[in-house]
Amino acid sequence: MQSTVFTPWEDPDAKPLIRFQNVTKRFGTFTAIDDLSLDIYEREFFALLGPSGCGKTTMMRMLGGFETPTEGRIELAGKDIVGVPPNKRAVNMMFQSYALFPHLSVWDNIAFGLRRDKRPKAEIEARVAEMLKLTRLEKFAGRKPHQISGGQRQRVALARSLAKAPKLLLLDEPLGALDAKLRQDTQFELMDIQEKTGTTFVIVTHDQEEAMTVASRVAVMDEGKLIQVATPDRIYESPANVYVADFIGDVNIIEGRATPGEDDTYAIDWAEGEVPLQATSATRFDKGQTCYLAIRPEKVTISTDRPEGAVNAVQGKVLDIAYLGNLSTYHVELPSGMVIKAQTANTRRISRRSFTWEDPVWLSWTVTGGVLLAG
Amino acid sequence: MRRFLLIAVPYFWLLALFLVPFVIVFKISLSDIALAIPPYTPTLDFSAGWAGVRAFFSALDFENFTWLTQDDLYWKAYLSSLWIALISTAITLAVGYPIAYAMARAPEEWRPTLMMLVILPFWTSFLIRVYAWMGILSQEGFLNQFLMWLGIINEPLTILNTNTAVYIGIVYTYLPFMILPIYAALDRLDESLIEAAEDLGCSRLSAFWLVTVPLSRNGIAAGSFLVFIPALGEFVIPSLLGGSGTLMIGKVLWEEFFSNRDWPVASAVAIILLAILVIPIVLFQRNQQKQAEAEQ
Repeated sequence: MQSTVFTPWEDPDAKPLIRFQNVTKRFGTFTAIDDLSLDIYEREFFALLGPSGCGKTTMMRMLGGFETPTEGRIELAGKDIVGVPPNKRAVNMMFQSYALFPHLSVWDNIAFGLRRDKRPKAEIEARVAEMLKLTRLEKFAGRKPHQISGGQRQRVALARSLAKAPKLLLLDEPLGALDAKLRQDTQFELMDIQEKTGTTFVIVTHDQEEAMTVASRVAVMDEGKLIQVATPDRIYESPANVYVADFIGDVNIIEGRATPGEDDTYAIDWAEGEVPLQATSATRFDKGQTCYLAIRPEKVTISTDRPEGAVNAVQGKVLDIAYLGNLSTYHVELPSGMVIKAQTANTRRISRRSFTWEDPVWLSWTVTGGVLLAG
Repeated sequence: MRRFLLIAVPYFWLLALFLVPFVIVFKISLSDIALAIPPYTPTLDFSAGWAGVRAFFSALDFENFTWLTQDDLYWKAYLSSLWIALISTAITLAVGYPIAYAMARAPEEWRPTLMMLVILPFWTSFLIRVYAWMGILSQEGFLNQFLMWLGIINEPLTILNTNTAVYIGIVYTYLPFMILPIYAALDRLDESLIEAAEDLGCSRLSAFWLVTVPLSRNGIAAGSFLVFIPALGEFVIPSLLGGSGTLMIGKVLWEEFFSNRDWPVASAVAIILLAILVIPIVLFQRNQQKQAEAEQ
């Protein structure tokens, strides 16, 4: 077990390794990055997450030196690196296409960067051997990139970008080309390698699950802006707004009007003739203010009878059942036509499932089960 | 059966258009010169039956090939042709590579136009274009007039009827054959490979030498062979632009056929030329095959 939890972003004295200061990047009239500031700390595994075109790749390319910001400063270890060409930065990048040199063997690919530094031959050999061992590629050192599998290629790309022991490693959708099973294994491998080498990793991905798995902190981006920067659990449990809640995982969003009650509890009028829903929120809402209650499907309990003492309970009928093996997701239609998703773990065999299509059911959740969002 | 037919078509093609003419030329090269139509003996006479065929084969010999080794004109012409072809291939590469590189780096919407410009000269007859060079390179030609007008030279340069003119002609004529395969190779080159090289510490220039050039190697090889092979046997350019000092085997071949009317010796010259060309052609084929394999 780690004795101290790794949270440099909460330490006001910690010096960030990377500092974006009011960075704006425009391509013609298109603004890819809009006045963005961000700190990334040493040894972090930082994920930039967002849909395609949100500017995450542009951020990464600016760190790599392939793009220059139109305005603002980017600091690496306290030094402004705007205008420093890629070959003069202590930053290496693992490309989405891997960009392995097809005319060179695996060994030569990994040694490529070391040779450019004119290091002694023995040192290069030792370092390449170390990298081959780290990525379990010893057997393939003599092969050309087209003679190895996709997963192996991915590891060669990683070994090559780590060989020069950069301060910062950029990973552009590193697992995008792998199939689901291999991707999962590789995610853990990446975390393992990151921990072993102590390098700061910045990963770009559009796969929220991947970002949540590997990253110490996740930045959710949209249209060139940072929407929320937080640890994966905070992003999931307390999203900053409806966009983040909706982007990360599955969520039910219920729109309504807040009425403040006692102890940060709010009553939410959400449908004509229905009992108001109860939810707690640390953020203040005024009486009558429009609010959105975001509830994760796994926080919604589904039952045949109305659970006793439940604060929030609504009735509906089962519209659809998505059977995922370990989990089942029930789509329940309320009388108002709204569909709420509820997820339960399949601890029993499917033949003993208590409800099926068209069955009337009750959905319930606790007062802290949902998150109240302003927009 | 259908597969057999499918394979038979190209083989028949090769047989009819390559092997049969080759055998005929080879036969003539083993014959002797004669004042007759056709101007050589023996000719195969089937009316004499088996004895006629025997007499025909007994009259064939390698005399003409021996002759090629005795007169130093021929091997000098072969060597000179090889040299001229080699030099012009090198110059064409030096001129063609930057053009292909610029084309591959040009904005997407420009590329079809640039490609068109490279192919455009083919729309005019090759012969006319070579004649046009005579007008440009001659003593009173445009080039000399232009240089004198600029004040760079005081007297017209003698370019036409020298080897320089032959180089200019070959480079000009075969340039598209060099540009197109190199362009194809560079066009396929993944931009991120260059970025990866820079990321790993290469300057722009070293990324070019370490990544771009090796990865366009197949294009360079294909282009070089496409220039070298026809340039080796080139006849029109040396005879129109070259002088009396320009010794090329294509010209010798032509003179043997049409001036001396010595078909047997001319055929022998052609057979040896073919033998010399087999080496680069085989190398070219292997290069193409390797390229096809690498793309799989």
